[in-house]
Amino acid sequence: MQNDSFIEFKHVSFGYGDRLILQDISLKIGRGQLVAIMGGSGSGKTTLLRLISGQIRAQQGQVLVDGRDVGRMNQRELYQHRRRMGMLFQFGALFTDLPVFDNVAFPIREHTSLSPAMVRDLVLMKLHAVGLRGTESLMPAELSGGMSRRIALARAIALDPQIMLYDEPFTGLDPISLATIALLIKKLSDALGTSAVMVTHDVHKSLEIVDYVYFIAGGKIAAAGTPDEVRASDSPWVHQFIHGEADGPVHFAYPAQQSLAGSFGLEGA
Amino acid sequence: MMLDNLLAPLRHLGHSSINAIWKLGMMSRFLLAILAHSGQSLLRFQLTIREVYFAGVLSLIIIVVSGLFVGMVLGLQGYNTLSRFGSADALGALVALSLLRELGPVLAALLFASRSGSAMTAEIGLMKATEQLEAMSVMAVDPVARVVAPRFWAGVISMPILAALFNVMGIFGGYLVGVVMIGLDEGTFWSQMQNNVDLHSDVINGLIKSLFFGIAVTLIAVFEGFDATPTAAGVSSATTRTVVTSALVILALDFVLTAFMF
Repeated sequence: MQNDSFIEFKHVSFGYGDRLILQDISLKIGRGQLVAIMGGSGSGKTTLLRLISGQIRAQQGQVLVDGRDVGRMNQRELYQHRRRMGMLFQFGALFTDLPVFDNVAFPIREHTSLSPAMVRDLVLMKLHAVGLRGTESLMPAELSGGMSRRIALARAIALDPQIMLYDEPFTGLDPISLATIALLIKKLSDALGTSAVMVTHDVHKSLEIVDYVYFIAGGKIAAAGTPDEVRASDSPWVHQFIHGEADGPVHFAYPAQQSLAGSFGLEGA
Repeated sequence: MMLDNLLAPLRHLGHSSINAIWKLGMMSRFLLAILAHSGQSLLRFQLTIREVYFAGVLSLIIIVVSGLFVGMVLGLQGYNTLSRFGSADALGALVALSLLRELGPVLAALLFASRSGSAMTAEIGLMKATEQLEAMSVMAVDPVARVVAPRFWAGVISMPILAALFNVMGIFGGYLVGVVMIGLDEGTFWSQMQNNVDLHSDVINGLIKSLFFGIAVTLIAVFEGFDATPTAAGVSSATTRTVVTSALVILALDFVLTAFMF
């Protein structure tokens, strides 16, 4: 798998102003692999996805997709690159002024000149794939959180992408919806053979479905491995993360400039 | 420290001036981007038609009712003043000229900015806040071409038509008051209007004004929406800015255009 990488980060750094978000990240994602990127909130996971989709460009290093550097693409090449890519946003990002059908049909209508009958068939197939055929005339406001995430997934796979990016697909879902989305992600990855990157902090569900995991902390890769390797890991950091312990290598308290006594003006009293 | 305090207001002034110029520059570039990406909104004209419905057709009620009342008020006030000089016969001309040259384009534009401009800003701002614009761009669809340009053209098309309707309703309002209520001679009312209103210098110039207002208001509205901070507070302040800036720009533009035209 390491030789046949489809997405590859080579010494990538990215930051806003002086604040570095990612530092010297190198990782590989193989063709047809489902890879999870895990880390605490604000660890730069989503930034990583945005680098793959070309919404932001790396300040140092290269982000290679199928051998091409995303950071060097011009607008036209970037749009061509994105046509082969699907992205599931954290809260779905459905177009609220369009019904479900038109939401799923959107990428098909924008990028192909298929007949209305063909578009209809394709949309119904995609809706069927996520188990929501019959919702096509509903508006996004009438859907539950789990349903809109599934519709967004149907829209993301409308053009059979080669790359799927999932931005926190499990956030804010009840256990049943969560299991459904996880099952769909696994099924779609296997059926379409897409290379998929999933950013998440839901450890247990992700470890069940992914092929490989990267942990990010402080802008660097803290650990990596297959789910079995991760479960067996003796790294205190990985242990704290997958068992959700409040204190450990990552401290509970935000580092303060002053001691507690100092903050209350009691120092030296 | 003392010097710092003294210089603070000056620095603040400089900062806001630079910001304003910066924003004007951004807006001009945004207009160029809209023009460059207008192909789709003209080729797939149904996208623009849809927005004409939201921006124009749904503004009809407020435009028609306001136009009627403005015309009726003009009729009452005009009759009062004109009859003091014994020239109440000129009421038709007075109503028509004030509406066609000034009140129609300006008031319709102010109403359009508060009804449709604010709605456009809020809609685009919320689309940004809920990642819809980003989702579109990730699907390789340019949001400027797909979301902004159709709205811009819809505004530019709707504004002159709304202003014209405002004028028609205003003149009808003046007729209701002058002829039906007060009892002026109907023939005199209309013939005075016909003799004193010139197609080119009054009607066309008024429409040109409203075309400029349409471009200005819609550009401000879509720009503020696109530029909004993607939070609830950001969208709300962007919407406010649209209405305030539009009103100021309409009145300032009106002065400049009037100076050139009449």
